[in-house]
Amino acid sequence: MYIYNNFDEAFVRNRVAEFRDQVQRRIDGSLTEDEFKPLRLKNGLYLQLHAYMLRVAIPYGTLNSAQMRQLALIAERFDKGYGHFTTRQNIQFNWPRLKDVPEILDLLADVGMHAIQTSGNCIRNVTADHFAGAAADEIEDPRPTAELLRQWSTDHPEFQYLPRKFKIAITGSPNDRAVTKAHDIGLRMLRNEAGEPGYEVIVGGGLGRTPMVGKIVRAFLPKADLLPYLEAILQVYNVSGRRDNKYKARIKILVHETGLDEIKEQIEAAFERQKRDFAGPSADLVAEIEAAFAPPVFDNARSLAFEQAQADDAGFRAFVETNVAEHKNPAYGIVSVSLKPVGGTPGDATADQMRVLADLAERYGHDELRISHEQNVILPHVRKADIPALHQQLREAGLATANIGLVSDIIACPGMDYCALATARSIPVAQEISRRFDELKLERDIGPLKIKISGCINACGHHHVGHIGILGLDKAGRENYQITLGGDGTESAAIGERTGPGFDAEDLVPAIETIIETYLELREDASETFLAAYRRLGAEPFKQAIHGDRGGRARAA
Amino acid sequence: MAREYKPRVVTANDLFEGDTVYFTASQSWSRDHAEAIVAWSQDAAETLLAAAETQQDKVVGPYLAETVMDEHNRPQPVHFREVFRTRGPSNYFHGKQAGA
Repeated sequence: MYIYNNFDEAFVRNRVAEFRDQVQRRIDGSLTEDEFKPLRLKNGLYLQLHAYMLRVAIPYGTLNSAQMRQLALIAERFDKGYGHFTTRQNIQFNWPRLKDVPEILDLLADVGMHAIQTSGNCIRNVTADHFAGAAADEIEDPRPTAELLRQWSTDHPEFQYLPRKFKIAITGSPNDRAVTKAHDIGLRMLRNEAGEPGYEVIVGGGLGRTPMVGKIVRAFLPKADLLPYLEAILQVYNVSGRRDNKYKARIKILVHETGLDEIKEQIEAAFERQKRDFAGPSADLVAEIEAAFAPPVFDNARSLAFEQAQADDAGFRAFVETNVAEHKNPAYGIVSVSLKPVGGTPGDATADQMRVLADLAERYGHDELRISHEQNVILPHVRKADIPALHQQLREAGLATANIGLVSDIIACPGMDYCALATARSIPVAQEISRRFDELKLERDIGPLKIKISGCINACGHHHVGHIGILGLDKAGRENYQITLGGDGTESAAIGERTGPGFDAEDLVPAIETIIETYLELREDASETFLAAYRRLGAEPFKQAIHGDRGGRARAA
Repeated sequence: MAREYKPRVVTANDLFEGDTVYFTASQSWSRDHAEAIVAWSQDAAETLLAAAETQQDKVVGPYLAETVMDEHNRPQPVHFREVFRTRGPSNYFHGKQAGA
């Protein structure tokens, strides 16, 4: 894993010292809020409904045990004993006091972490496949590229005042677990016919008010050209992106309004110019970063403990079925730890749970942890022979929920329980759905299903790409929820389709239940997933089921 | 036609803690919505907000929010967002509802 060098360390410490001074000046009255707000946002500090919120970047979702323990310490000392992992591989602390934030940032710097560029109109935390470096289907580990992008984009003088925020995601696998098509720039690693590594470059994806699937601007970009090419994209955007209207300021609108062919030409022209000034990072730097992500030394000793435990224990078997993914080394598995217990808050972990996860990563997982955009924690490298013992210890810590990819593995933004921008609550909806489907005992029968909930149009909960998406709105002073169907955040990305008028809170979960019952009735057999059935059947039978009979239990609002 | 005026209070977030606060008759800030001073006219609302905005060293982002009087003649929030702000989150017993 990448460890800060002297330059990184000094840079982050200087930023903490600078922010400490800015906070002091705000507290003593030398700075007004208008002056202070852009400064605090540059350091990830928001003011939410009930308190300040500090958003800390977890670059490409990778943590070691020392970092996880430090997050636990911060949660305990400065929050209310928990932290919230977000859909952008960040962690949010919901209750810090203003005067304590510099101290928190110092504690983060102690373990090579920061909150820089987690807000504002700049290049945000670069996200990556949470199975990076471990996945069986991976072409190449995307994290050295992500770290290179972190270094390149951090405090990049040209890109600190973009028309709007800018999000980059990268995957090294053909199976896209990083939602690359819903980012300002999505990068997919691949090899050309000569076997040389490079990227497919996708631009102009995004969710929010105007959801769009990103478009390919370069089918194959040689690896060495990445930074000048991204600078070219950013330059085109910086000059031509719409600054006249906040709602039209993202690059997706520029791509859409300019047209794909024209924008490609502009990018390529800028790239030709840019390459003359900046050919990319030095080979030494690239090699240094790549070395930091060298895979651990795997222990290939064979053991039947994993198979034996599955034969002996149905609970373990169920856990393996959903929470263990195929590792590139056949003696290993990738273990996902669900942060979605029945009735829980998606993405929340207590300080104690963080410490358990840190201990387990150290004991069984080569000291590595990942945070997924789906708000779960992953131990990417666990010997299969150790998974039964790991499972037992997760169980004791209340962390063995076997629901990855199922109906209760819900993404939910903080919504109006915390967020100042929200128009309705998200968390209670997720809690109610997970409780209801636990009562019905249908989860395994339903199979793979992604429900994603956002508490406002900004779509932090990725509702547009949920198989079932839920969007909370304020309808004449009541919380009201729109349902979309058929969204997909993977390589076959699609934006979900609205089913019709929204539902009031009390009618929403019955409507979701009706949609899922309809699927169970209409699927060809248990191997046809919800998404596959939706694609075959279209929206109509589902719309009919929830809106057709207005006297039914799922009344439209 | 002018929209009918509805009574309002001035609310903001405390600069130091971030907690929701309400402007009172003594031109200070209370954590309790019921202690807020009510603006019964548009003029009064503008005057109160202007006074609140001078207290940048104590609060962030003062704004007007609609209110109704309860049976004890104390102002209560109207919109659900403002109701949540008087309580705290619904997933944990934290914030104002916990007396914090």
